[in-house]
Amino acid sequence: MALLNVEDLTVVFGGKDRADVRAVDGVSFEVRAGEVIGLVGESGCGKSVTSLALMGLLPPKGNKVTGKAIFDDGVNLLSTDQRTLRDMRGREIAMIFQDPLSSLNPVVPIGVQVTEVLARHRGMTGERARKEAEALLDRVGIPDPRRRLKEYPHQLSGGMRQRALIAMAVACRPRLLIADEPTTALDVTIQAQILELLKELVHQDGTAMIMITHDLGVVAGLCDWINVLYAGRVVETASRHSLFAQPTHPYTHGLLASIPRLDSVRGDRLNPIPGSVRDLLPWVEGCAFAPRCERVLESCVEGPPALVGGAHAYRCVNPFGADS
Amino acid sequence: MTQLARKKIAKLERLAELAAVHANEGGESLWREAFRRLRHNPAAIVGAVILGIFVLVGFVGPFLVPFSPTQTGLGFVSEAQNIIPGPSAQHWFGLDHQARDEFSRMVVGARQTLLVGVVATAFGLFFGCLIGGLAGAAYGLGGKRGRSLDNVLMRFIDMLLAMPGLLLAVSIVALLGPSLTTVMIAVGFVSIPTFARLLRGSMIAQANAEYVVAATSLGVGRRKIALSHILPNSVAPVLVQATLTLATAIIEAAGLSFLGLGNPDPATAEWGAMLTDALARFEFAPRLAFYPAVGIIITALGFTLLGEAMREALDPKLRK
Ligand SMILES: Nc1ncnc2c1ncn2[C@@H]1O[C@H](COP(=O)(O)OP(=O)(O)OP(=O)(O)O)[C@@H](O)[C@H]1O
Ligand SMILES: [Mg+2]
Repeated sequence: MALLNVEDLTVVFGGKDRADVRAVDGVSFEVRAGEVIGLVGESGCGKSVTSLALMGLLPPKGNKVTGKAIFDDGVNLLSTDQRTLRDMRGREIAMIFQDPLSSLNPVVPIGVQVTEVLARHRGMTGERARKEAEALLDRVGIPDPRRRLKEYPHQLSGGMRQRALIAMAVACRPRLLIADEPTTALDVTIQAQILELLKELVHQDGTAMIMITHDLGVVAGLCDWINVLYAGRVVETASRHSLFAQPTHPYTHGLLASIPRLDSVRGDRLNPIPGSVRDLLPWVEGCAFAPRCERVLESCVEGPPALVGGAHAYRCVNPFGADS
Repeated sequence: MTQLARKKIAKLERLAELAAVHANEGGESLWREAFRRLRHNPAAIVGAVILGIFVLVGFVGPFLVPFSPTQTGLGFVSEAQNIIPGPSAQHWFGLDHQARDEFSRMVVGARQTLLVGVVATAFGLFFGCLIGGLAGAAYGLGGKRGRSLDNVLMRFIDMLLAMPGLLLAVSIVALLGPSLTTVMIAVGFVSIPTFARLLRGSMIAQANAEYVVAATSLGVGRRKIALSHILPNSVAPVLVQATLTLATAIIEAAGLSFLGLGNPDPATAEWGAMLTDALARFEFAPRLAFYPAVGIIITALGFTLLGEAMREALDPKLRK
């Protein structure tokens, strides 16, 4: 039984004087209770829009969301009313954002921001809430939590701010945590610590997590299942083991090849994928990745490729491994 | 809408942008940094010194003045012979046309001016922020119903904004009858649309800030978000505007008194009314017009200098 079942999620941005942008284009995946899945892709492929759509946090105007996202075999997150969503947010589903500094209110002390969540969902006030907030900060590894509660966001380091936000997100032990590039804004050394913390927390609480990142290195040590996104569609979906053992879609392959390796010969150039996400084809005309693909065939641009291949599925007519 | 109103709105919208930037800067440090830059700005210091003296004179001056400001017959005055005694050791600014001590009247007038400026600005600030805050919160967070509430409130504000300030103030005094309270209400009323537009603008700019989305993602209620997240981040440009409004309020209040719409009692020491009295004797005693005029100009200048310096200190584009 899946905790979250996303089916054919599509988000189209459009307005009177703008051309429509299909930011997310028929994405389906499921998250089982306690499982960690990854959504991986380059900047602009629709990762954040996917997570905001699931949380019901997209701006009220200028976009159209279709598809289904059934949470816990009950509520469809995409069609339920804001009132229900407000009750679920923070308690059932919580989210961690990319930039911890701008995600905290600059003029309100950390403690107030943490206790606010406790008051909202757990009915805690006064001294009880303060104690709990202190325990929460302690749990996410913030030293001297009593003092930190009184401080303002700018007085904390980047890593500590993200820890504080994580504390708020896990305050009510949600069943699903969506982490949208939680480490991108941080130093490399801090990144590893934050990932370790998240891993520990979701393990302890049995929380399911959607880890959103552009970095395959991040999902490698964390996720049970990985979805690779390109231009708003899932191009490859597989278990972590299967994906890293046999990257099948040329895009996944390219992502893996572009990670610098310790055992590569010095002086070897890195292998970035040529071009950028902007050089894409609309999916209706063919594979959006075709203009950048080294294995491109004529059949790639004759129509949208379907997702094929059972448990380890991919959206490609000339995948790696096909010719051997 | 008139050209004037459109220009006013554009200016307010620019000021409101301040708040949006403010959110991404780290609040306390922003205030502290702004204050540091304020201290290094000579204009701010001059403004602050002027206002310091003005406030001091307004508060304690009336207890120390050598003569009662209403006591007449302190010397020989003959308007028929064009005799009004000028400055002397006893009467530093000389006497006025009723042989009252001009210096004492100026000092007591400072208190009156301070009172009118502060009360009028507070009046405008209160109602402006009430309307603007409501509209901003409704627009930013209230969905369709919120947007129509915002629409109604803002069309009302635009109507006020379309009228020239002094004309509006004169009409209000005409409606309520001339008195000191009326002057304060009228002058304050004129500044309502400015504050309303400004607060609404900066709140709307804040409504899309990331920390608002983050708080929403934790289930925090809309009212709570509007009051304890958006509002505290939106007040910076309003504070700047309040300082600038103090200057215009003083000028406008003096203007109303000058037009004879202020306190009907001719004995009260009031800079605007003193200016009116002086006008009739301008040919043989121009100094009687000089004192109140300079008083008004200098205090208005003090508020303007400080307000503009505050605006600069808070404006990230001017930051080095
Ligand atoms: N409010 C919006 N209006 C119009 N287009 C939008 C809006 N928000 C996002 N988009 C578009 O949707 C696409 C996907 O954006 P999204 O933010 O999901 O990318 P992302 O995968 O999260 O990238 P990043 O790694 O940079 O965070 C982009 O092309 C973007 O231009
Ligand atoms: Mg993103």
